[in-house]
This record gives sequence, C-alpha cells and structure tokens, in this order.
Amino acid sequence: MIYARGLVKRFGNFTAVDGIDVDVARGEAFGFLGPNGAGKSSTMRMIGCVSPPTAGTLRILGMDPHRQGTAIRARLGVCPQLDSLDPELTVAENLVTYARYFGIPRRTAKARAAELLDFVQLRERADSRVEPLSGGMKRRLTIARALVNNPDIALLDEPTTGLDPQARHLVWDRLFRLKQQGMTLVLTTHYMDEAEQLCDRLVVMDTGRIVAEGSPRSLIDRYSTREVVELRFPDTAPEDVAGKLAELAERVEVLPDRILLYADDGDAAAEAVHRLALGPASVLVRRSGLEDVFLHLTGRTLVD
Amino acid sequence: MRPALAVFESYLTVYRRTWRGSVLGSFVLPVLVMVGFGLGVGHFVDAGGRLGPVRYLDYIVPGQVAVTAFNQGSFESMWPVLSGFEWSRTYHSLAAAPLRIVDILGGDLLFIVFRLLTTSVVFLGIAAAFGAIHSPWAVAVPFVCALLGLAVATPVHALSARMTSDSYFSLLLRFGLIPLGLFSGVYFPVTALPSALRLLAYLSPLWHATEVCRAATLPGVPMSALTLAGHLGYLAVWLVVGFWLAVLAFRRKLVS
Repeated sequence: MIYARGLVKRFGNFTAVDGIDVDVARGEAFGFLGPNGAGKSSTMRMIGCVSPPTAGTLRILGMDPHRQGTAIRARLGVCPQLDSLDPELTVAENLVTYARYFGIPRRTAKARAAELLDFVQLRERADSRVEPLSGGMKRRLTIARALVNNPDIALLDEPTTGLDPQARHLVWDRLFRLKQQGMTLVLTTHYMDEAEQLCDRLVVMDTGRIVAEGSPRSLIDRYSTREVVELRFPDTAPEDVAGKLAELAERVEVLPDRILLYADDGDAAAEAVHRLALGPASVLVRRSGLEDVFLHLTGRTLVD
Repeated sequence: MRPALAVFESYLTVYRRTWRGSVLGSFVLPVLVMVGFGLGVGHFVDAGGRLGPVRYLDYIVPGQVAVTAFNQGSFESMWPVLSGFEWSRTYHSLAAAPLRIVDILGGDLLFIVFRLLTTSVVFLGIAAAFGAIHSPWAVAVPFVCALLGLAVATPVHALSARMTSDSYFSLLLRFGLIPLGLFSGVYFPVTALPSALRLLAYLSPLWHATEVCRAATLPGVPMSALTLAGHLGYLAVWLVVGFWLAVLAFRRKLVS
C-alpha cells in the first residue's frame, strides 16, 4: 500500500525527514511514533500527497504522488492534526460537502454521512453547528470525514492529541473497529498506550530518522526488560541513590521524581532494593511498556 | 470543472442560510446611494451645472455599481481566504481531497461571480426604479462587474493567501482599496484630478470598469469598439495575472 525508500524532506536547511524506508501492507495498522519534531507529520504529509518529497522514492497504492496525486488522494482518508472542519456548516453538511469533493453523488453522500455519524456516535448532533462541539466530538467528526470516500488507507495524524481520557478511549474504540474491518490505518502518535493498543507494527522516529521498527511486543523485548521497578525517594536526590542501585538491574534510568530499574525479574530487584535499606517512599513493579522503549531510544530530553 | 463546482456548492450550502441578510444588504446599499449621493449631493452638483445636461444621480449610478463590485470582489477575497488558511483551515482539508489548486480557486471564484452578478442585478434594478438607467446596454453591466470583481479578487486572493494575520488588511484598505475607490472616476471625472493621481486612475481596474458601465447606462456616451476592447482587455489582464499569482500563493501554502 505504501512503499518508501530513502525518503527525504528538507525545508531549506532543515531536514525534517532524513532518508526513511517504510512498507505498509494492506489491512495493517502502522504507527509512526516519536517526539515532537521527529518528522512524523512531514512524513504523513508526503504520504497524503500534499508535500512533494525532496528525495527518495515514494509509491502509494502503486502510484507516484508527483504525477498521480489527485488519483491517490481520491483513495485516501486524511485526519489532520489540526481540525479543519468548516465552522459555517453543520455536522452533517461537513460530511456531505466533503463527499462531493470526491465526486460522490449528493444522495449517496447523504446516506454515507448518516451512516458515518452513527459510527462516530454523533447522530444527535447532525444538525448542530461545528463550533459548540467538544474537542472529542470534533475529532470524531474529522475521522468520519476522512472515511467519507471509503478510503483504502486512513491517515491519522495524532488522532487523540489534546483530548481528555474519555474522549481518547472513544476515538480508540472507533479506530479499533476500523482496524477490525480490515482498513489500512497509518497513524502518528506520541502516546505509547495508543501505539500499543492500535498498531500491528510501528517505527520509532527521532530527528527525521527511523531508530527502531517492529511490533510493539518485539520492540519491548528488544529495547527494554520484561519488568520495570519504579522507586521514589522523597528526601534524597535521585542521582545520589542511583549509583548504589546500578548493580541491581540491567539498566537504571534517573527521572526527576523517580528512578527506574530495568530488570527481567522485577520482584527480585525490588527485594534487593529493600536489602540495601535505602528507604524508598514507594516501590512499584510493573510490566515494561512501549514508553520505556521510546524513552530509551529517543532520550529523555523534552523536545518542543 | 466538476471538482470546482463541488467547492462552489459548499459555499452555496452556507449561503443558503445567510442569503436573506446578504440580499437585504445588497438592497440597502443602493437605496442609500440613490438617496444620499443621487438626490442629496446631486442636488448641489446639478445646481452647479458642471456635469452639463447629465444628472449627478445618473452619472454616479454606473460608478457605484462598479465600485460595489470592486469592494465585493476584494472583501470576499480577504477575511474568508485568510480564515481558510489560518483560522478554520478549510483550504487544508480541500487540499487533502482529490482537488487541484485550480479547482479550489475555481470554486472560490465561481461563488464570487455568483455574488457579483446577483448584487449588481439588484443594484441595477433599484437604479432603474429611480430612473437612473437610460440605455438597454445596461444589461451588460453585471457582466462587466463580474469581470471587474474577478480582476481584483484574484490578486487579493494571492495577497491574503500569503498573510498570516489580518493586520495587513487595514493597510490594503487605506492605501489600496479606498484611494482607488475615490480616484477612479466613480464620484467625479478623473479629468478633475492632478495628473499624478490621474495616472493612478488609469492604472486602476475600477476606472476601466466604470468607464464601460457609464457608457452602458448613460445616454450620449459613445464608446468605440476599440476603446471597449481596451478596457475589457485591461481587466482581463488583471484577472489572468491575478489568477496566476493566486495559484502560486495557494500552492506555496498548501503544497510544501
């Protein structure tokens, strides 16, 4: 469905995407994971045929975005990072007018809009203006709009960024259904739980490059331990304690408020910490997640 | 053409809800012009006799139709375009659909033409009711207005697409649209202007449209076919160059 080799995007001197290879197969849910500025959105815009690659090869649905951009876009569904709904139209009209851009007859468009409003649970708001909708509703409407042409690939750029937890779960639930229906999903996110829940396969991007690739599980296996022990020391600076903990785990990460011990047997590591009698305020053993992989690969520096 | 029509259709969907207000507006303005300029100011101008046998009301009506189209073509290309890029971001969603830049612009311009035609037809109807139309050629005026409106809408589209905030619009108004509106022969003949300003008038698309409209509604203002072609051709040049600039500006914003 998507084939990219050595894909590069430069804006002047700034290299947003620095030679990435991507393959997405039909029916797959594929994720681009990375901190802000990693090049995820630039990649999505290239796949969406609104941003010509600076170098490299890109084929979408077997077509060349440069020459067949319109034909490709006719078969894509795009949910952009920033809402771009028409505030002067009602909820249903937003879907119908958008369907018309795909050459869908008005009658079919109306039926499709009603169907999609059911799917994203916005039927009662069909005749409402867009303005008073909550952030979660707007996002669901944007997702519905992306599906109006029954796309072969849905491109979702940070579909749940800025939503409250409840709204996020609703969006995830809908996306999961699409995945079950066999739609090819390509999404970007910096939420690890989102990637873990939705993606069959993902790439971790950092400063325009792909730093890791695989299924969520295989990435955790490769770049993290099975379990993680989280320790909090309220009275001591974490850096002071960290040295003493180094031998207890495969790897020790020091965060401002806690220390993470990466160990395959978390309970054993926690036991060892107790024996040192350092007096941590709390000890938590948990399963390792994609977040641990992500932090390991992209570093802990906050990127803005 | 079909994709552009779909864009046009989306504007009509909005307009279906707001048309009453806008039609009312397009009635009120000409009535105010008739009464205020035509009868009020006209009373003094006609008493002075500087326009010869022509009533001031009759003189000003074709210019007013033209300046209304001039303003409408500009305004429809200012805030709505800026908003489509920066606020509502609707242009970005259009670009993600299987539309080309020319389809998006084409849809905008179709809607603007539609508005220009309806407004100028209403204006002419009211002017006719006030007895200010004196030639059957007046039927050509809405088309001249549409051409004028497009001739300014396209370059203003290009400008608005390059802006990131609306603070420049006040500059465009004060140093562009208002002076052109005043010095393009709408309210008085450009021959009354000092030569530097007269040159500005000759460059202004509004002056060319005003000349044609005046010839079309006033009795005894003959215009040779060559002059007519010159005026319309000049407007067409603005339209073509403006469209090209708008395509470049839209592409820069949407395809990057």
